[in-house]
Amino acid sequence: MSVQLASAGPSLYWYLTRSTGAVALLLLSFAIVLGVLDVQRWSTPRWPRFVVDSLHRNVSLLAMAFLVAHILTSVLDSFAPIGLIDAVIPFVGSYRPFWLGLGAVSFDLILAVILTSLLRQRMGFATWRAIHWLTYASWPIALLHGLGTGSDVKSSWLLLLSIACAVIVAASVLARVISGWPANLGLRGAALGGTGVFSLFLLLWLPHGPLGSEWPRRSGTPSALLPHHSSSSPSK
Amino acid sequence: MSHRVRVNPITCEAHGMCAELLPERITLDEWGYPLLDETPLHGSQVEHAIRAARACPTFALLVQRDRSARGGRVRARQG
Amino acid sequence: MSGSQTAMTEVRPSPPQPQEPAVPALPRLLAGIPPHGAMSLDEHLALHGAVPGARAGRRRQTREHAAMLIDEIERSGLLGRGGASFPTATKMRAVAGARGRAIVIANGAEGEPASLKDRTLLETLPHLVLDGGIVAAEAVGADELIVCACESAGASVESMERAIAERGRGIAGSEHTPNVHLRTVPSHYVAGQESALVNYLGGGPAKPTFTPPMPFEQGLRRRPTLINNVETLAHIALIARHGASWFRQLGTATQPGSTLVTLSGPVAHPGVYEIEHGASLSSLIEASGGTTARVRGVLLGGYAGAWVGGERLHGVALSKEHLAPHGATLGAGVVLLLSEQACPVAETARVARWMAGQSARQCGPCIHGLDSLADTIEEIAAGTAQPKAVQRVERLASLTARRGACAHPDGAVNLILSALEAFEGEFADHARHGPCDGCTRPPELPLPARPLSEESARKAAPRR
Repeated sequence: MSVQLASAGPSLYWYLTRSTGAVALLLLSFAIVLGVLDVQRWSTPRWPRFVVDSLHRNVSLLAMAFLVAHILTSVLDSFAPIGLIDAVIPFVGSYRPFWLGLGAVSFDLILAVILTSLLRQRMGFATWRAIHWLTYASWPIALLHGLGTGSDVKSSWLLLLSIACAVIVAASVLARVISGWPANLGLRGAALGGTGVFSLFLLLWLPHGPLGSEWPRRSGTPSALLPHHSSSSPSK
Repeated sequence: MSHRVRVNPITCEAHGMCAELLPERITLDEWGYPLLDETPLHGSQVEHAIRAARACPTFALLVQRDRSARGGRVRARQG
Repeated sequence: MSGSQTAMTEVRPSPPQPQEPAVPALPRLLAGIPPHGAMSLDEHLALHGAVPGARAGRRRQTREHAAMLIDEIERSGLLGRGGASFPTATKMRAVAGARGRAIVIANGAEGEPASLKDRTLLETLPHLVLDGGIVAAEAVGADELIVCACESAGASVESMERAIAERGRGIAGSEHTPNVHLRTVPSHYVAGQESALVNYLGGGPAKPTFTPPMPFEQGLRRRPTLINNVETLAHIALIARHGASWFRQLGTATQPGSTLVTLSGPVAHPGVYEIEHGASLSSLIEASGGTTARVRGVLLGGYAGAWVGGERLHGVALSKEHLAPHGATLGAGVVLLLSEQACPVAETARVARWMAGQSARQCGPCIHGLDSLADTIEEIAAGTAQPKAVQRVERLASLTARRGACAHPDGAVNLILSALEAFEGEFADHARHGPCDGCTRPPELPLPARPLSEESARKAAPRR
């Protein structure tokens, strides 16, 4: 499971940051599904439109809450040298800078989406919508962050969770793109293409990346934190 | 001072949430667009109207307050 | 109408007879209209004289003068000539009283296919329009006058450009003369709608916007904007010279003055005529040389107007109060006669489809309603309609009218419902038996594929 350190066992914060991160990913995925259902005007007598819409908004806010908890707990945890600044400014940290930085990028995008949505009365609809579409970019970045930074990536629960989330988000994007085809063909084509490329990338990268050997070292964990047994591979 | 609901037909995209949240004043036509009863709102209906206006994804639903004493300076308030 | 005083006096309200020998009361706007080209600035001044008005002076004098102008226009009872007949003085007061420096727009867009009066004025009497615009600008404190002409009316555009150039910095030499320029606007039906015009001039599409705020409060560049039809401004140019009482010598008490109408259909000389409000339809037809075929009905106001058919035709007089019982108004001065051989059902179907196509397509009820209405009327015309098609039309009409951001759907509905009423028999006939002989004839009602000949407009203008 987790990397055993010579000095101390994993702290509570370490568990919390991983769990809140996973929940945040799950909630973000649901937010996207609900967002697509919302814009597609899906409803049933038991699930009226205003319910789908409110649920979408509330799930997004809940995801934000978990995201904030995820950031705070990772900062508070003493294992990895992560500061508050690393949450918003990407790639400046010393712990797995690139993969952690992706988290900051994703967080920045989500923050922009949430803030503009809370203030949407004050801006034109077209502006609000253009920024809202950043959600579609923030999600894959968040997923890569989770797969690249997290030390649980080889554990089945996280892998399964990630794959399940990827499937439902991909399905939502497909549904969104297919209905209304071929209007705005450029955008729709780009969305399809992006989804395809990203899925392919995941399939090719996972086995050689996080699921491959010595990922903690290759991903930029400071050497002081690496296990001393060079022959040991992280357990499943 | 009375409140009325009004719709901006240009931004309205027939999402239909307003009719779910204020059925006393709003029904939908066969194309999904709102049919408004613009008679003044009473008491708690105003809160429901404001909630409906906030729920509209395109801010097409407006809750307007007439300053009837001055005879017609109407302010639009988006939820 | 020129010439025949007797023809006019039949339906004239009875003012006290003037003591002096009778001077021809009409034409007023169309006086001296040249057979070709435009009236030059010199000719215009020789005919009408200069506008009496504020010379360069103190600001307070100008404001007093402006207030006097609006009072005089209010006394004249002038109503807008763009179709809505809104009291002009009321509009001017609203603009003058709003915050910010005003702008005046002379609306000559004339998207109504059956109307030629505005482009005729712009082409042949541009200085009358310019005078009116400048007077209106003074009255509301505007520093800018924008004359709008339809981009397809090439002659009007050229003529107005020349007229503006002739003026240079204005004839009065007043330092308050507004900056005048010309803009062309698209020829769509709704492009001349007030908020659409403001939208277009502000750099947006020529589509209506949601109001409030109304243009008179916050229009072009968020400034109070006075939008007057070019004919309204032409009347203002003459009221500024001759006064409100002179203006009221013609017309009715509620609709004073003269007005331009575009007469078309089976008459000897279709075109633009000047009549006084209250004149009878038959006197207008007579002045145009009479009909060339029997008439089945008349469309008044334009494609947002109403049909009057059958026996009711004979009593029709052209004023608000006379037309109200028929459910019609003069609108933008369109008088469109339909011959007996034409099929009113087929013609209505064509116009309904065209009006649906002219929708700005911004509002759901307009898009769906007008399309469905056109579908149903076409089905009735072809005899393929479901039973109770007429009830369906009435239901669709109630779902469509007053639910858009502008009055376009209302106008189309108005036209369709009036056709159902005026030609009830013909519609019932088509619903049961399908197309009639008239359906195969070439269409009579003008739609932009066949514009009214602008030649005919000038040919028919009254001679002095």
